[in-house]
Amino acid sequence: MSVSSASPPVLIIEDEPQIRRLLQLTLESNGFRVHQASSGGDGLARSATDRPEAVVLDLGLPDMDGIEVLKQIRSRSTVPVLILSVRNSEQDVISCLNAGADDYLMKPFRQGELVARVKAAIRHRQQPETRGAIIAGPVTVDLDARVVKRRGEIVRLTGTEYALLALFVRNAGRVLTHRYILEQVWGPAYAEESQYTRVYVGQLRKKLEDDPANPQLIVTESGIGYRFAV
Amino acid sequence: MDFPEDNRPDPDALLQSIRRTEETESKAKLKIFFGMSAGVGKTYDMLKAAHDAKAHGIDVVVGIVETHGRSETEALLEGLVILPRKTVEYRGTRIDEMDIDAILARRPKLVLVDELAHTNAPGSRHAKRYMDVGEILDSGIDVYSTLNVQHIESRADAVAQITGTVVRETVPDSILERADEVELIDISPDELLARLAEGKVYSPDRSKKAVESFFRLGNLTALREMSLRLTAERVDRQLRDYMRTNRIPGPWKSGQRLLVGMSGSPHSVHLIRWARRMAFTLDASWLAVHVESSATPSQAEKDLLAKNIKLARELGAEIVTTADENVGDALIRVARQENCTQILIGKPRPGTFQKSARLLQELIDKSGDLDVHVIGGEGDAKPGRRLASLLEAHSGVRQYIGAGAVPLLVAAACFPLKDLIEYQTVSLILLFTVALLPLRFGMGPVLLAAAMSAIAWDFLFIPPVFTFSVSRVPDILMLLMYFCIALVLGVLTSRTRAQERAVRIREGRAVALYTLSRDLSLARTKDAVAEAAVANIKKFFDADVVLCLGQTDGDIFTAPHPASTLAVTGKDLSVAAWVYWNEKQAGRFTDTLPSASATYYPMSGPRYPLGVLGVSLKGDAKLSIDQETLLENFIRQIASAVERETLNDITKKAVVVEESEKLYKTLFNSISHEMRTPLSAIIGASETLLDDAVSERASTRHELTREIHDAAARLNRLVENLLDMTRLESGLIRPKLEWCDVRDLINSAVAKTAAELSGFRVGIDTPGDILLIRIDFALMEQVLTNLLLNASFYTPAGSEILVRAAGDGNECEITVADNGPGLPPDALEKVFDKFFRVPGSRTGGTGLGLSIARGFVEAHRGTIKAENRPGGGLRFVIRLPLEKYPVPESR
Repeated sequence: MSVSSASPPVLIIEDEPQIRRLLQLTLESNGFRVHQASSGGDGLARSATDRPEAVVLDLGLPDMDGIEVLKQIRSRSTVPVLILSVRNSEQDVISCLNAGADDYLMKPFRQGELVARVKAAIRHRQQPETRGAIIAGPVTVDLDARVVKRRGEIVRLTGTEYALLALFVRNAGRVLTHRYILEQVWGPAYAEESQYTRVYVGQLRKKLEDDPANPQLIVTESGIGYRFAV
Repeated sequence: MDFPEDNRPDPDALLQSIRRTEETESKAKLKIFFGMSAGVGKTYDMLKAAHDAKAHGIDVVVGIVETHGRSETEALLEGLVILPRKTVEYRGTRIDEMDIDAILARRPKLVLVDELAHTNAPGSRHAKRYMDVGEILDSGIDVYSTLNVQHIESRADAVAQITGTVVRETVPDSILERADEVELIDISPDELLARLAEGKVYSPDRSKKAVESFFRLGNLTALREMSLRLTAERVDRQLRDYMRTNRIPGPWKSGQRLLVGMSGSPHSVHLIRWARRMAFTLDASWLAVHVESSATPSQAEKDLLAKNIKLARELGAEIVTTADENVGDALIRVARQENCTQILIGKPRPGTFQKSARLLQELIDKSGDLDVHVIGGEGDAKPGRRLASLLEAHSGVRQYIGAGAVPLLVAAACFPLKDLIEYQTVSLILLFTVALLPLRFGMGPVLLAAAMSAIAWDFLFIPPVFTFSVSRVPDILMLLMYFCIALVLGVLTSRTRAQERAVRIREGRAVALYTLSRDLSLARTKDAVAEAAVANIKKFFDADVVLCLGQTDGDIFTAPHPASTLAVTGKDLSVAAWVYWNEKQAGRFTDTLPSASATYYPMSGPRYPLGVLGVSLKGDAKLSIDQETLLENFIRQIASAVERETLNDITKKAVVVEESEKLYKTLFNSISHEMRTPLSAIIGASETLLDDAVSERASTRHELTREIHDAAARLNRLVENLLDMTRLESGLIRPKLEWCDVRDLINSAVAKTAAELSGFRVGIDTPGDILLIRIDFALMEQVLTNLLLNASFYTPAGSEILVRAAGDGNECEITVADNGPGLPPDALEKVFDKFFRVPGSRTGGTGLGLSIARGFVEAHRGTIKAENRPGGGLRFVIRLPLEKYPVPESR
């Protein structure tokens, strides 16, 4: 794994000083440089001047809606954005993910999880086009040759199943909302047909997972969507 | 009828008197300066009284005063606050009217309103000024006003008789009763005439004309007597009231009750006024009864009847409408039902087929102990006109032509066959035709048809044909018999049919009321009551309805109820608001705000108004009298249903408040303990950690950090439980349903509780294939998490926890089972109660987890229950409805 500089800058937009301090401690001890902003306005300014490689954005800001901050960042930059949220606000998280956020974390979260997510987000930004063979657990996916193997044996997938798997593989490590998956694989008209993803994810798991009842590759993110683990 | 045996005041009367006193004390006061005619100095005296009041520091304003250019009066206006008038545009002319809104906004203590009987310009809020005064009084402002005797409703026709002038501007007698003080401004007719001559009343040329027409000495003397008597009657009544309240023995006249029969005849007006005067003198209550019969009244009669009913109501009568073919029977029946002691009816007039005379005779025969008064008329309609109107009134000319034509046509049709069939047979065919006619026509037309058929038979069939002469004696007899039979047949069948129709109408009303009351009693919420009300009115009146319900706390509505079928504009809403606050009918076809698109009726409640109901018949028609009566019954029923539900709501609210208070207490006790425990662990452990001496030892540091972590996790669980509970309690839970794989759900919940379940053997038994249910993933995951945590908490470490899911086509069943100690049977249901703890169970835990689980499951229209497993241990069973899902197309 490589990052662009020895200590990539990360911007934290969070109004609670205590959480900010904790995030700073955790991120700095893992080799990041931390910039802080305590409000949405401040955060927008700093996201332009400090050129962070990742932004950690809290949704409960005093001055403006988190999703508004996200949209304004997105309007001029592709910097990875991680959303911090609380339980019972899945809908806000989904809106943010659909509006271009890269990942999310529900408070309270484990610090190790945060570091891993930030790193994954930065890495993903730097390799936008995934090509060649990807290895995930027992499964190998060759996106060029359109071949999927499990423990060396070719797995036969239908067209839709392959399209779904390819989407997961290209976005490995990222959380994908049901809506996003439906729009990408089936088209915008199917954005509400959540049973499609359930059925096809079920089929994929049956074909790829060691224990389909306890999946390790395509992980369910409760109330949000799926994540392809690598 | 009970007459008081001793001098004890009748409790009802006493109560009424007390109520009257209370009302007058709390309500605004009305003082009327009362005189026999114009020019006696009422306005002058009123202004002087206003100056007196002002001198006593009372806030007086002039709402409207007409000085008619009289200089003495004008001088008195100086020094008083005069509110500007409102200009109303009507057909190009500008009319100055009193500005009632300005008065209500200004809120003086006392307002002067001249000429109480004045009729307002069209487009004003009320048709009459006395209605304005009523509203001003209702809002708590005292009023001084002026009034002449000729403007009093019950005296109007007497005045017309004396002076020959028909008075159009009248006020109901009730306004005099409402007045707290009536000051008679009395000068002798000679003096008045002298003042007229001096030009103090009118300008000289008008004075001359006035003296010639209205202000004749004879007229004035009569008017003066009338006004003196009226005032005396009032004083007499006050005295009686006083005597009654203070137990002064005297001639008790209470207990009398009058009944006056009225119809759509112009004669009834006189009768009603008579009844009112008599009732007043006797200090009796009175009712005006209208008896509907099968005869269809003409439009003119209907209008007149409506006017008569309105008049009777204004004069203070109770209105009763009943249906009966026999007017006499109906009057006696109502009189007995309503405990009346005297019946008033009009004198029979000539040329009415002796019908009225028969009515009178019957009434007297059957009246028993009831007194019957027969009141004479005041000039009759011309006889010729009467007959025509009688024919028209009942059936209309067209009906007669139609009914008369039918037998002629039948006879003509039979004519070619007269050689085949005997002429006697033809008579039977014609009789049959006459017998059928009442199905379509009224009694009059049928009688005409009977006569026509006899003539046609004679002319066309009885030999010699084409003559009216009959040669043979049997034929003469037959013709006579035929004529009699046809008439009797016509009368009998008409009458039967009429009765049948009356019964049907009555039945229809009964059914309507029954249906409404059934629907209303089935309604369990205010909204359901509203829907039932609107639907029934729509059904039985074929009308569009707008219903506005007040708030539970009596505050006014902001918008019509969504069940309303009539879309109304802001203007109509303000009419409805007026009706709501004033609790009086207004809108279309009334005197108040008639430009509205519907008629609005108030629904009154015991403490504050309940709402307003607006009705607009299809085609902008007016309600007929019986429809109006039925609607009033409807509204009364609807109001009581609304009231019932309002009280219900209030009770429910009270229960909720009580429960939430209880909850709050329990919550407080439980939470303070539950929060303090982990908090003290965190604070204690972190303080120790900050102590360098201790924290140097790695193992201690690790242990303390674990303590902090565990306590924080516990605190977190508590907070999440509280948040979930709050969401449930506030009713904000709206599951966002999505298709989910049950296996995903279980895996996710087990993964989330991995730390707590680490010491247990966890088994998952899920179907091999995908099982989709439509749920809110996050909520159901929380349910399972709570059940798993519950199992981990109350069963010994090392126990087995088994999660199973299975679907059977209709239902998905998820069970979480353990092999712990189970529950006492009586606790199986109670575990779902908030803060319930099984006696003797381990401390810790919020007592909310299972309650939340049940709340969430029920939000999904599912069920959850706890049961002891046969082999030991506890099992929670969740059942959720399974839906068919559209299978995605494969590509």
